[in-house]
Amino acid sequence: MLTVLFFYLFAGLAVIAGFMVVAAKNPVHAVLFLILAFFNVAGLFLLLGAEFLALTLLIVYVGAVAVLFLFVVMMLDVDFAELKSGFLSYLPVGLLIGGILLAEIIMAAGAWVLNPALSKLENVNATPTNITNTEAFGRVLYSDHIYYFEAAGILLLIAMVGAIVLTLRQRDGVRRQDISAQVARSPEDSIEIKKVETGQGI
Amino acid sequence: METGMTIGLSHYLSVGAILFTLGVIGIFLNRKNVIIILMSIELMLLAVNINLVAFSSFLGNLEGQIFALMILTVAAGEAAIGLAIVVTYFRNRGSIAVEDINMMKG
Repeated sequence: MLTVLFFYLFAGLAVIAGFMVVAAKNPVHAVLFLILAFFNVAGLFLLLGAEFLALTLLIVYVGAVAVLFLFVVMMLDVDFAELKSGFLSYLPVGLLIGGILLAEIIMAAGAWVLNPALSKLENVNATPTNITNTEAFGRVLYSDHIYYFEAAGILLLIAMVGAIVLTLRQRDGVRRQDISAQVARSPEDSIEIKKVETGQGI
Repeated sequence: METGMTIGLSHYLSVGAILFTLGVIGIFLNRKNVIIILMSIELMLLAVNINLVAFSSFLGNLEGQIFALMILTVAAGEAAIGLAIVVTYFRNRGSIAVEDINMMKG
């Protein structure tokens, strides 16, 4: 009973937040609603017994991706109201295509005959009963799917290198620390001894 | 089908379908703003993740959660690269309107 209540709470809030991401005037609000949607979907994952993924979703999305969006939205000096100007003129075609897509999904899912054994399933929870979800997940990930895991690591490395290469720039007129020049200094070329005569100054 | 009191597979799939459709609509409605388009794509990937985790849970098979983790990886990389491109583009042209991005050369 409580599960049903929480499902409708999380699902409803996720859908409302998803709608507000699309409809919000201010992009900062859109990012914050995106974070709300992620939190509610993490709640849905918890209901499904995928605890590890729920917390990973929070760490990766809310901790990294959404904050990255927030940074970029606030960093770029763009007139977002001007960007929003075509909103109403795009509304009919957007709703049309969205409606067609939703109808197609519903029709495809409706025509799809579920295995009768499957449709009677309760939420069985993929985790074996004697171990935690994280442990079961790790056992599958690091044994059967180790190559996928490594491919994901390489993908993240490439993404990191790409992001750095794209945003790195050399600016002129910036006084940078040149460590090798600092280390290579010798007393001969950095200290100068002058004879100061009394009352003269240098 | 299910009575109203139990949450079945189709409930979760419905949430996924609605969120995915919202993402598609968002791409069309915010056609000028690259950042909102990227956020809509994130929303669509999230909807796909809901489907995968729901199937994983109802079939009693953890592989769906492995898939979801891979999608999470790709989404994170995509967001990082996409935002890096947006920042670079803004630095060069002073605008992120989609209709201005028609001169990819130079």
